[in-house]
Amino acid sequence: MKVFAPIVVVVILLAAIPVVVHSNVVLNFLVVALMVALAGQGWNILGGYGGQYSFGHAAFFGTGAYVTAVLQARYGINAWTAFMLGILGGAVVGAVIGTLSFRSGLRGSYFALVTLAFAEVLRIVASVAPITGAGVGTLVRLDLRLAALQFESRAAFYWVILTLVAVALIVTRIVERSRFGAWLIAIRENEDAAMALGVDTTAIKLGAMVMSAAITAAAGCFYTQYFLFVDSGIAYGTWISIEALLTPIIGGIGTLFGPLLGALAVRTLGELAQSITGDAPGLDLVVFGCVLVLVVWFLPRGLAGAVAGIAQRLRQTERVSTAREAGHG
Amino acid sequence: MSSENICFSRRKFITTTALGTVATAASAVAMPAILRAQNASVKIGVLHPVSGALSYSGTQGRLGAMMAIEDINKAGGIKALGGAKIEAVTGDAQSTPAGGAAEVERMNSAGVSCIVGGYASAICLATTQAAARYGLPYVVDVGVADDIVKRGLKNTFRFGPGFGVIAHTALENLVKLNDAAGRPAKTVMIIHEDSLFGSGLAKLLNAQLPTKGFQVLETISHPTPTRDFNNVVLKIKANNPDLVIPANYYNEYVLLARTMRQQQVRPKGIYSVLGGAASSYKFVKEFPEAADGIMDCNHWFNPLNPKAQELKKRVEAQGQFYTYEVYMNYSCIGLVADALERAGTPDRATLTEAIASSTWSGHVMPYGPTKFVDGQNQGAAPCNTQVQDNDIKVILPPQFADGKAIFPMKA
Amino acid sequence: MPRGRAGARAPRSRLGLSRCRSSEIVLSPAILLSALLNGLLTGAVYALIALGLTLIYGVLHIINFAHGALLTAAMFAAYFAFKTFHLDPYVAVFLLTPAFFVLGYALQRFVIGPASHGDDRNMLLVTLGLAVIIENALLFEFRADTRTIELPYAFATINLGFTFLAVPRILGLVAAFVVAAVLWLMINLSDIGRAIRAVAKEKLGAQLVGVDVAHVYAVTFGLGTACIAVAACLLVPTYYVNPTAGNAFVLVAFTIVVLGGMGSIPGALIGGFVTGVVESLSGLFLGESLGQIGIFLTFIFVLLVRPRGLFGAGA
Repeated sequence: MKVFAPIVVVVILLAAIPVVVHSNVVLNFLVVALMVALAGQGWNILGGYGGQYSFGHAAFFGTGAYVTAVLQARYGINAWTAFMLGILGGAVVGAVIGTLSFRSGLRGSYFALVTLAFAEVLRIVASVAPITGAGVGTLVRLDLRLAALQFESRAAFYWVILTLVAVALIVTRIVERSRFGAWLIAIRENEDAAMALGVDTTAIKLGAMVMSAAITAAAGCFYTQYFLFVDSGIAYGTWISIEALLTPIIGGIGTLFGPLLGALAVRTLGELAQSITGDAPGLDLVVFGCVLVLVVWFLPRGLAGAVAGIAQRLRQTERVSTAREAGHG
Repeated sequence: MSSENICFSRRKFITTTALGTVATAASAVAMPAILRAQNASVKIGVLHPVSGALSYSGTQGRLGAMMAIEDINKAGGIKALGGAKIEAVTGDAQSTPAGGAAEVERMNSAGVSCIVGGYASAICLATTQAAARYGLPYVVDVGVADDIVKRGLKNTFRFGPGFGVIAHTALENLVKLNDAAGRPAKTVMIIHEDSLFGSGLAKLLNAQLPTKGFQVLETISHPTPTRDFNNVVLKIKANNPDLVIPANYYNEYVLLARTMRQQQVRPKGIYSVLGGAASSYKFVKEFPEAADGIMDCNHWFNPLNPKAQELKKRVEAQGQFYTYEVYMNYSCIGLVADALERAGTPDRATLTEAIASSTWSGHVMPYGPTKFVDGQNQGAAPCNTQVQDNDIKVILPPQFADGKAIFPMKA
Repeated sequence: MPRGRAGARAPRSRLGLSRCRSSEIVLSPAILLSALLNGLLTGAVYALIALGLTLIYGVLHIINFAHGALLTAAMFAAYFAFKTFHLDPYVAVFLLTPAFFVLGYALQRFVIGPASHGDDRNMLLVTLGLAVIIENALLFEFRADTRTIELPYAFATINLGFTFLAVPRILGLVAAFVVAAVLWLMINLSDIGRAIRAVAKEKLGAQLVGVDVAHVYAVTFGLGTACIAVAACLLVPTYYVNPTAGNAFVLVAFTIVVLGGMGSIPGALIGGFVTGVVESLSGLFLGESLGQIGIFLTFIFVLLVRPRGLFGAGA
């Protein structure tokens, strides 16, 4: 149980926020940040631990969002069921894309680009297919009941997304500690060596892809419940693919809390930039871009890496000083 | 969607507003300056997508809203509130629904009495809903999707026409124009962008045109952005329709019109609906030849109203084009100011009622006095325009017309 | 929800309608041939954009996210060269190309290189950040207005009887070949070309024999950016300029780079033409909305079957 202690502490701290903070501006900000964090957590399993950089996680986010929306709006299926089926749908899309690309031995940039292409294909299909409402999009009926998974208070939504993030954290930790995770990391470090050692790399990568897709799809399902409207540009747009990979990379790739840290940092940065620059359209994003470049420049291992680095340095100085003391003694 | 699903009762409005006040009070510690200023002014949220894909329209919309606020303040502010000035709380929806919803939260906690704007339907759907939580009245500036006012949200008002009205007016007027000219057009091709307004329109036209004696030869949908219109024009050429009906945004409209000219395709008429460029002074100025004779059914100001013409001069003096975003937002702010005068208080619930019972006619649109039924302004309707002699003339409806239709187009 | 059902029915009938009509028209050889030619002309511009990308890709092994934003910047430069200095885009190209080479060189040498510490994924982030900066700086400075220029010859056409070919687009075709030839000669015959090839193949080895890798990287990035300037000058007469105009071409350019084999110059050229034709024909058969799917499906298919691209070196 000790391995889950940090997760429990972080989640409890986060869960307490709405008790203290009543500003809906802050809560709405946190809800969106956690939603992006969840999408990033999905990406992190495959990209961070498995070293397979996907540029098309919108494929999973969008499938989750659309399945949740279409099942409710068109077939009157209960929101909770639709939510679960949305996650399942994302996982299925992950399995299909994963099977096709890993069977063909795609790696590195090639894998990144093929995922991007799959997401684009889905976006185009969604923008013309009648079932998704084509270009019109799908609107979910406003129905503020627990049974419809809609809440009047932002805090309730916040706790829902926090629960999802917590589940994803636990899943990530379990993967980290499992043999599956060890193989996954071995693939990231050196795929050919892993294969030579008898690891079924295709199966492992596929497993990671399905898990990754399901988690990111959950973020998409949540998007639908929170905003009650999806269209092809929102669901399968490149924005979410970029957010999903940006957050873990900024936060610390292949680390447990990286995506969460990254999402909070990226989103805070965006807000700060907007409030500093005020009304000038575009200027806030210029600031955002500059800071992004500077962070990469000076914190190349992400925020989690920087924190770990500082901790390590502290520990080292401690060790050095104790050693010195020992020497003197 | 029936109204029985709506959970926003009056009582809930009051509680949410009360909660909102508590939240505002809680943040007052952090923002005393803002709160102190509240006594002397009324805050109105001005929310547009000023960055991202829709930023041109958003910026134009903001321009119109800010000009209206400036005018009202110059004329002595809100007299019923002791001459209180309107203070704009501007927001950027960043061209996404999520961005818009976040700005509504911010505006709510800044203590606005009302929000105006949204522009795109997808953004308006999200922002009106977010504002409804706080009983915060919201005036949609453009957002033509009819779902916006069909969800039974009591806080949501749309001053301009919705999609259904625009499409039906476009259809009726097309038949009128064709009949008046001795029915020169029998075959039609529809070129539309594939999101809400384009595909919805194509659906309606395909269902209705055959019953009015037109034959739809082909319907072509294209995404935004589309880089190249040569194929589309090839198909137009091969089909040789009497009438081409384009419904798309500015950039694609320009490319389509240019390519048609390049390939020397000249149908008897180009009749666009909500055409991105057809009734745009910019397009007429930059491509006078390609624009000449194009008809459009679109949002338009009342050309016979001197106030509208004066506003046009002022906007052009600033080096900007007089686009529909400008005068629609200008009018929406006026609507809110009028409601504030009658409400006599910046209180949201009272203001909502004042807007709902509005009979305002001081706007620059060809709508007549406002009358809201379920949040939709009943008098709102589009106009038919035609590019004639490097200018844009209203040709229908007759009571607002300052020109006569030339159809078929000059060869 | 009444909207739902009506929505589900009508578009289907619409698609059915357009399909049966277009099949009649598509059979006409004049249309097929026009579409084919049109695809080739569009493909030429794609090829130019992809040439820059493939070079950067082949040598630096990074996906340059800033490519689209740089294209937009170049289009703005060409636009203002015309509006302010009355420089015809076909003249401006000779000034902008070296200018953008310098810009690209400086970006890689003084920003992307040092900021990314030689790590691929950092390069990706830095180029992404640059894209955000460039695009929004343009938005901030020039607003989102769509700008177009009207040149006397923009509507000049050559009449082939069944179709009209726009002169500016034919110039684009010529330029694509010229640029590809110049690049190919440069890479294969010059000293710096030899260094570029060495770095692309074996970075460490090249470093050991004394090649200045940072310089080579920057030159490559500069050449890639210069290609964009050429493409921009050719696009401006017939296209429009706004702060997001370049983005429309980037995904297609990525596709071409992979199709042609990363780093292959003839590959990018042929990949550009193939993509242009595929897009044009699938647009004709499937409709414009669905038509763009053709590119991505071809792309996915090629990757799955022949992951090194049509002209790439073997795995």
